[in-house]
Amino acid sequence: MGIVAAPQRRRAKRLDVLPGAGKLQDNLWQRVAIATPYIWLFVFFLMPFVIILKISLADPLVAQPPYTPTFDSLGNISVTADNFAFLLTDKLYAITYLKSILMAATATMCCLMLGYPMAYGIARASETSRNLLLLLIILPFWISFLLRVYAWMGLLNNHGVINNLLMFVGVIDAPMQIIYTDFAVFIGLTYSYLPFMILPLYATLERMDLDLVEAAQDLGASATIAFRDITWPLSRPGVIAGCLLVFIPATGEYVIPYLLGGPNSLLIGRVLFDEFFVNRDWPLASAVAIVMLILLVVPIMYWKNFERKAAENEA
Amino acid sequence: MKRLSRSIFSILIFGYAFLYIPLILVVAYSFNDSRIATIWGGFSTRWYGELFRNDQVLDALFLSVRIALTSATLATILGTMAALALARFGRFRGHTLFTGMITSPMVMPEVITGLSLLLLFIALQQLTGWPGQRGFSTITIAHTTFSMAYVAVVVQARLSAMDQSLEEAAMDLGGRPLRVVFDITLPLIAPAMIAGWLLAFTLSLDDLVIASFVSGPGATTLPMYIFSKVKLGVSPDINALASLIIAFVSFGVLLAWAVMRRTEAR
Repeated sequence: MGIVAAPQRRRAKRLDVLPGAGKLQDNLWQRVAIATPYIWLFVFFLMPFVIILKISLADPLVAQPPYTPTFDSLGNISVTADNFAFLLTDKLYAITYLKSILMAATATMCCLMLGYPMAYGIARASETSRNLLLLLIILPFWISFLLRVYAWMGLLNNHGVINNLLMFVGVIDAPMQIIYTDFAVFIGLTYSYLPFMILPLYATLERMDLDLVEAAQDLGASATIAFRDITWPLSRPGVIAGCLLVFIPATGEYVIPYLLGGPNSLLIGRVLFDEFFVNRDWPLASAVAIVMLILLVVPIMYWKNFERKAAENEA
Repeated sequence: MKRLSRSIFSILIFGYAFLYIPLILVVAYSFNDSRIATIWGGFSTRWYGELFRNDQVLDALFLSVRIALTSATLATILGTMAALALARFGRFRGHTLFTGMITSPMVMPEVITGLSLLLLFIALQQLTGWPGQRGFSTITIAHTTFSMAYVAVVVQARLSAMDQSLEEAAMDLGGRPLRVVFDITLPLIAPAMIAGWLLAFTLSLDDLVIASFVSGPGATTLPMYIFSKVKLGVSPDINALASLIIAFVSFGVLLAWAVMRRTEAR
């Protein structure tokens, strides 16, 4: 659903010229239609962020709730930047953030390298097989994400299919450690997010005007040059949408590093979870979330801007 | 168009093998008699039997389905309202904030959504006493919040692509906006609303991270139950459960494909 519309601003001019009868009721309906989702999102989406921000500026406390109040009993404001200072000075956290971003970026590149030729192949396949091929890409979406990650546990295990196969063929004598390594996390990320890459790529490649490629080749361009100068630039919206759809969720991933990465695979999503539930350090967990959000703001903003432009082009 | 080149064809084969071999192996191992799930001990269907006698699985499944049905319905109502507000009502006060809030839940990492909602529920409980116990209601609210964004996007795409002349004609003829919405707009966007509902339903059934944050003791959804078991390693009854889900989904998708082909052929 990558390339679908961002808001379209269109004035409901007709409302102004309506006859008076029932106008009040209609205005009421419009207000209800706007206010209901508005209030819902305000309470359940915006407010939580204010609370996270507030708690990230507090000190941890052994109490219920386990953090110092923003206003003390005398009404004095008490905030601290200790949590953020700690995150910035503690090497472990810097490395964890960096590692999460690198891991997500590598998985994104891998998804692109595998997903692009696949999307291309599907878009250029005959019309009868195209629908089936596309359905087979979407099908894993309906099988639980968790179970798809779980499927890899059986494959990568020390006594799993891959090790047994390699030993049977004689490539290795003893089981190789694959599960509970960064490599396993990387495979899991690529596997789980591949369909997110293929779908937007397919959408742009399928819509492309093939006459352009043919014209270029008629004029003497080789297949490589025609691809570089025509197909690739025209498919860029799909590339950008696909990369962001993979990169953003992969950065905060929790399940994959937990199941495939083992206890030492510290990615930021897991650190946040443990900081909150295991260490019960709510302020620090909130600060981890805020820093993660700041790091992701650039790609998220880029994404929104991109969606808006795509919608404007379509209109 | 000429046939696919050999390299593209082989990458396609590799890609589909990559996507499907793990799933096929899970199904194969679900018929494994051995308790140690990765060693083959002969053919057996006993794990399926154990699955159906496991009350915890059935309870978790029941809770997940109840949450998915409720949250998908709520998300469809709220998401459709939001889509109408954005695509048809022009600019209103707070328009920018509204568009921002509507699309953000889709790109927010799950751990952040989960943590922030849990902290909200805890704060609300201190202030108002509600929610007294976290579980069905809190998970439903959390799922509604992030899936209404998807519904809004799907419905809004349909609204923008739709010819507005029917609605305009109805209004020119004196139809009041409320009636026009119910008599003209809603029937036209019904397919998008159904698609949005299905998407919200699947997203809710699939979610582990957000539910783990906002759930309380005693409320375990199916993904939470599965996660608590597979944390400890591969387990044979989860293989059976996964196989049932894979079979169910594949059957549904292939059926949809067959129906699609028949309508296209006509």
